[in-house]
This record gives sequence, C-alpha cells and structure tokens, in this order.
Amino acid sequence: MEIYLFLKLAWFALLGILLIALAVMVGMDMGVGALLRFVGKTDAERRSALNMIGPHWDGNQVWFVLGGGAIFAAFPTLYATAFSTFYVVMMLLLFSMILRPLAFEYRSKLESVRWRDSWDWMFLISGAVPMIVFGAAMGNVLQGVAFRFEWTAQYILEQSFLWYLLNPFALMAGFLSLCLALQQGAAMLMIRGEQPVYGRARTYGSTAGLIAAVLFAIGGVWVSFMHGFTISGTVDGGVASSPMNGPAVEMRVGAWLDNYRSYPILWAVPAIGLISMVLAALSLRMNRSVLGWWLNAVAWAGTIGSVGVSMFPFMMPSTINPSQSLTVWNATASELTLGWMLVAALVFVPTIICYTSWAFAVMGGKRQISDMETLTEEDEAY
Amino acid sequence: MENVVVELSRLQFALTALYHFQFVPLTLGLTFMIASIETVYVITGKIVYRDMAKFWGKLFLINFAIGVATGLTMEFEFGTNWSLFSHSVGDIFGTPLALEGMMAFFMESTFIGLMVFGWDRLSRGAHLAITFLVALGSNLSALWILIANGWMQHPVGAKFNPDMMRFEMTDFAAVVFNPKAQAEFVHTTIAGYVAAAMLVLGISAFYLLSNRHRSFALRSFRMAAIFGVLSSAAVITLGDASGRADFATQEPKVAAMEGIWEDTTPPAARWDIVSWPNQAEMKNEFSVGLPYVLTPLITHTMDTPIKGLRTIVEENKARVDSGIDAALSLKKYSQTRDPADLVAYRANESDLGFGLLATEFAPDFDLSNITPDNRQQIINETAKASIPDVWVSFYAFRIMVGLGFFFFVLFSFAAYYSLTCKLESRRWVLHLAMWSIPLPVMATLYGWITAEVGRQPWTVYEQLPTFISPSNHSVSYMVFSLAGFVLIYSSFIAIELYLMFKFARKGPMIEGSPEPISAGAGAPTGASANESWK
Repeated sequence: MEIYLFLKLAWFALLGILLIALAVMVGMDMGVGALLRFVGKTDAERRSALNMIGPHWDGNQVWFVLGGGAIFAAFPTLYATAFSTFYVVMMLLLFSMILRPLAFEYRSKLESVRWRDSWDWMFLISGAVPMIVFGAAMGNVLQGVAFRFEWTAQYILEQSFLWYLLNPFALMAGFLSLCLALQQGAAMLMIRGEQPVYGRARTYGSTAGLIAAVLFAIGGVWVSFMHGFTISGTVDGGVASSPMNGPAVEMRVGAWLDNYRSYPILWAVPAIGLISMVLAALSLRMNRSVLGWWLNAVAWAGTIGSVGVSMFPFMMPSTINPSQSLTVWNATASELTLGWMLVAALVFVPTIICYTSWAFAVMGGKRQISDMETLTEEDEAY
Repeated sequence: MENVVVELSRLQFALTALYHFQFVPLTLGLTFMIASIETVYVITGKIVYRDMAKFWGKLFLINFAIGVATGLTMEFEFGTNWSLFSHSVGDIFGTPLALEGMMAFFMESTFIGLMVFGWDRLSRGAHLAITFLVALGSNLSALWILIANGWMQHPVGAKFNPDMMRFEMTDFAAVVFNPKAQAEFVHTTIAGYVAAAMLVLGISAFYLLSNRHRSFALRSFRMAAIFGVLSSAAVITLGDASGRADFATQEPKVAAMEGIWEDTTPPAARWDIVSWPNQAEMKNEFSVGLPYVLTPLITHTMDTPIKGLRTIVEENKARVDSGIDAALSLKKYSQTRDPADLVAYRANESDLGFGLLATEFAPDFDLSNITPDNRQQIINETAKASIPDVWVSFYAFRIMVGLGFFFFVLFSFAAYYSLTCKLESRRWVLHLAMWSIPLPVMATLYGWITAEVGRQPWTVYEQLPTFISPSNHSVSYMVFSLAGFVLIYSSFIAIELYLMFKFARKGPMIEGSPEPISAGAGAPTGASANESWK
C-alpha cells in the first residue's frame, strides 16, 4: 500500500479514536455537571459529586483541545470549513465551555448560597450545551452542508444558520449525545459516590441509557431514508488531491448504507453501539457501575464508529457542489505532516493513557458526603 | 471580503488573545516558583515551605482556570474566524498546536489535579515530581505555541503548493528549530517568570507592610527577589537577542519599532526616546533621542546601515508588481490546470504574498480588475500598506523596554535589602513592590503588541496577507460573537480579581506549629519567633 494512502486512513482512524476519547472523558465530566443539580440536593452532596471528577476534569478536557489541534493539523481544510460554517453553534459551544473551568474553580470559593446556586446552573449549561452541539455537529455532517469553494480555497456558505442549528435530525443526534454523556457521568457518580447521590445517579443513568438506545435506533432508520453521498468518479487515495477539483459525487437516498451493503460485517458496529447502550443501562440498574462505565464507553465507540462507517470516505459532504465534498482523500494534510504527527501520536497517546489511568487510580475511592460538610476554604476541594 | 469584517475579526482575535495572555505568563513562572519552594520543603522538611507552596498554589489555580478557559477560545478561533488562514497553513501551523496538546498540555492538566488533591495520597518525593511535571508541562506548552507563532513571523521549512492552494511542510526540523521561534520562546517565558516573581514579591510586601505572616512573607519575598533579579536580567538580555532575530528576519518590524524612515548612515544613528511618527507622509514630525545609540543597539556594530521604511516601501513596489502577475496566473491555473499557466506562476511565485496583498486595493477586491491604467496606483498603495503601524510599534516597544529595566532595578533593591536584612526599614521598596504587581503583565501585553502589530499587514510574514485570511462571516455574526466575548470576559475578570484579592488579603493558612525563624529569614528587629507569627 502506498504510504500516503496508509497515512490518510490511519489519521481517519485516529480521528475516530480521538473523538471517542473526547466523548467518553469530556462527556463524563459534562454528564456529572449537567446532573449536578439533580443528584445533589444539599451543598455537601453537590460538592461530593464535583470532587469525584475534581482532580480529572482538567486533564479530561485536553482531549477536547487535542481533538481540535489534531483536526487542524491532520485535516486543515475540514478544520477551516467545519469550524467556520458552524460559526454560531461553535460560539455557543465555546461560551459554554469557557464557563466550566471557572465554575469548578470558583463555585465553592465563597459561602453564599446564591453564588453557589448560580454556578450550579453554569455547570448545567456548560455540560448540556456542548454535548448537544457535539451530537448536532455529527448530525449535520451526515446531512451535508451547503458550502462550496472559491478559487482561493475560501469557503462560501449558502445556508441559513437556523437550519443547521435547529433541523430535527441534528437535534435528535444532539440529544442522543447528551443522553450518552449523562449515562457516563452517572456511572462515575456511582463509582465514587455514596447514597443518596449514588441512588439518584443510578436512576438517571439507566433511564438516559435507554432513551439513548431508542434515539439511536430511530436515527438508524432515519439515515436509511436520508440523502447520502457516494463517489462516482475515480479517486487515487495515494496522491495529494484537493477538494477544489474533486471527483464526481452522487447524492441519493440510502447511499449512507452502501458501505454496509458492500461489507455486511460492518453492521456489527451499530449493533455493538445499540446493544451496549442497553447493557450499560442494565448494569447500572444492577449496581455494576464500573462495568456500566466501560459499556457506555463502548456505546460511544459504536455510535461514533457508525457515523464513520456510514460516511466513509466522506467527512463533510457539500450539498450544493457535491464534488467539492471533503473526504479522507482530499481534506488531509501533506504526507510529511501526517507522518510526523503519526509518530508523535504513537508515542504520546499511549503515554497519556498510562498516566491518566495512574491519576485515576491514585485518586480512587468513594467521596464521603460527611467530609464535605466540614470543609473550610483552606481545604483542597471544589 | 468586506473591510469591516476583517477589522472585526482582528479586533476579536486581539481582544481574546490579549485577555488570555494576561494569565499565561503568571502560570509559566508561578509553577516554577512553587516547584522551587516545594523542593526546599522536601529537603528541609519545614512545614512553612509546604504552606508556602500550598498558598501560592491556590493563587496559581485561580489564575490557571481562567487561562485554560480562555485558551480554548484561541485554538477554536483559528478555525471559526480565520478559515483561509487555517486552510492555507494548517499543514505547518496546526502541527505544533497538536503537539502542544499531546506533549505538554495533557501532562500539565492531568498532573495539576494530583498536585492539588494528591498531598495526602502521594509521598513527598512523588508529589514534588508531579509539581515539576506541571511546571515542565506549562513551559513546554509555551514552547510549542511560540514555535507556531514564530513560524508566522518567520515562515521556514514550508512551501506553497499551487495544486492544493496551501502551504505545505517541507522540513519539520526547520519549523521546530526556527531561530525566530526559539528567541521568542526564551524571551516570553522568562517574562512570565518576572511576572510571577513580581506577584509573589508584591503580595509578600503587602503582608510585611500590614505586619502579618512575617516569617512566611520574609521567606517568600527573598525567594521572589532573587528569582526576579535573575529573570529580569535574563529578560533584558534575551530581549536584545530577540531584537537581533527580528533585524535578521523582519527589517520592517525593527524599522517601525524604532521609527526609522530614512536609511541610517555611518556613523551610528540616534536612538529616539520620544517621537511623533506621521505614517501618511512617512516621516517623524519631531523626535528626541540619544546620539550614537541606535546602530550599536540593533546591529552590535557602529557602522552597519539600517534600512528605513521609505526604502522598504520602494523595494516592495517591485515585489507587488510581480506578485500581481503571480496571483493572476495562479488564479488562471486553478481554473484551467494548464501547465503553461503554472509556468507563468512559477516565474513570480516568490512574490505571491505581495500580489495577494494588493487584493485590498483592487476594485471590488478582485485582482482581475487591475488594468494598465490603475495598476501603478494600486502598486503604490499596496507598497505603502506593506509596513506596520509605526506609532503603535514605536510606543508599545518603548513601554515594554522601559518596564523591563524598571523591574531589574526594583528587584535589585529588593534583593539587596532582603539579603542585608534591612527590608522592613525600607518601606518604599515594599510599597513599590506591591503597586508593581500588574506591571509585568502589562509589559508582556505590550511585548505581544510589538511582536504582532510589527508583523502586519501579514498573518504569515510576506506570504499571506491579513486582509484575505479571515472567514467570510456577516457583520451580524461578528457582532454577536464579539458581544458574547466582551460580556463573558468582563464578568470573569471581575470575579477573578475579586477572588485573587480575597485570598491574597486573607493570607496563608499556617498548619504547622510555630518554628524558630532561621537566621536567613532576616528579622531586623530581632523579634522572637512567636511574635513574628502574629
């Protein structure tokens, strides 16, 4: 296999891994944030919940930063086009993400009830909004976006922002992503929490998992009736190619199922997603919280994997000039950049996973709600 | 692209970057100060040093949270607001950003959780190692970010690919070891150390003035003073090196910083302290300066001539002229894919950036509308716009340099009086230290303005003009996002300052039992240990 072709495929796979890691780790923190007001009725209960992810949220958030950086370097045109065509939603995402580090750091610094209550709402916003936007972005790329390129490679968008913000399929994908995050957060709250936080998390987590399974199933049926894209021209993945003069692309209903028709084994990916959502919900119900956490991670992998498998090789199809769609073949960086980046990723991603696991092990164990009642401003706690 | 959208995009980026950059320098320096204090704790086992590390750690965290939050904005803005820039340079510029995440930011952010919460769960040695990893992580972050920025200042190891319509990396090592980036990195991070030293010095001075936490404050003050003398001396030396790197790679920036319009001639030229630059007529209305200082300052010789901005503009006219041809044949090639057009483009490719720069002055922002009649006028206007704003560069640079020397003097007095144990009878030093807390942050902001305004009108120096780099958003989108940032950021800075003041006023919580002050802590009144804990 030509080296450039291999690098492109490797980076498509790595992008998937990064998105899954981002969804699992950041989603977990966001789930806890969004559930905070519901699993904790007293201040001590809420603080115990916050301190379960307290030592980790910052490190987890870097998956989000790394996701952005990796798309920038490995898929520069995708980064440029997707981030700016989704401008309004990206700004909402940013505004809500900015709230989160501050909510953590500042919430418990003052005793005032109103102060803490306001920051708890910030946690809700900064947990729910980004996860909805994350899912909605996936929902939108599945439907295609009305962009084309000028000769300078500057994009032109011919679509109202309301449509890509508020179309029903994108919203459904957004809620699916929110439900998965709530379930992940609930699993963590069960692993490190005690009653009554534990019991409430168990209820919310298992319910969210079942709703996610229903939304995922509906989404699957919906996609089969949706306009999909296939490359009808010829492509050589082993050479540099630009979206400005891409191959002919055909747009037709059901095309997103073509890959499954060619390789029926791929049906395993959405099946694993759906089954693990249900199993995760059952595990939480049966108090197997660690198992539930991992099954939920598998559910994320199945969901994001399904999008990747359905769309491959497309990453961001264009509805007004399909031949300028961004694909794995034409939206990637140069061979040299992909190569250096791959070397770095092979060294550092496993290293990151090692020390992250160690950090979780060091900070393991249940958080006692009674400890939170006696905290002073001097204690290291959120 | 509309002018107003370009200006709003620039304004938004400048505001969010300056805001972010208020918090980062403190982070860079404070981590190393905390790590040094903790080292003393681990070696001596004295609880007061652990309390010091915890106390400064708390202020560090308040500051760090807002740095992280606003850093996200910076990364995302490249994509959301500078789409042509991102597409064109992502192949090179995105790589250091991604590496920063993988190598540095992950390490810093993961271990910071253990640094704060792991005091009781880790051995002393392990905790110290964690603190050093956090410090290393934050400084490595700065390295990668400044490699990215240094590439925008001095683009090396890359080439424009007309088939892909973007710059592509040709030499990874050249990008990483870019001399401009390395000079920027050391100068900027050491400036962060100065900022941290001043924060610790100033807050310690505040305790000494109000006669609280004496033992704690004397120790912190001395540490900060020594740290400050070394780092402010280094920042001045490295600033000189950074200026030399500019002189080698960005002559217009240096000329604008010094307000030089005409070429200098031997013997050495005058260094202007104050002047009133007139950009339109390309001269200084008046100026006051020191004779024979400028030339040795910039060139380290007495007779090397320095190019003036008038000469640079004249020279750029020819580059704009051939650049317009390059851009027009590139456009033609992108439509025809005819090898003949590619050959025509290749003939002038090194000036492509200057051709694109002319877009701003071409009728309807389209180079195709350039006719033999208006061509010379467009070339003249473009060349005149190819140099930075002299007024801003000149004064931002002077404020930065002036503050830098002031810090060195202040730290020297502070260190001298602290080491000779005369500190508490020299209250002016304490007052000055306290009121100087925000100054290093201002100095770094002016440094950033000097570097970035000095690069204009380019996002990538002499390759990609700022004018064509932004996303083509509507004005209303830009107003929406700008209003959002202003609203959120101004509330945050109010909250951040409130908390910093609250916890700084409150002072450290002393957990350990009172212990005798060592002679080194310097108690001029000979107060007993117990008294100094009041």
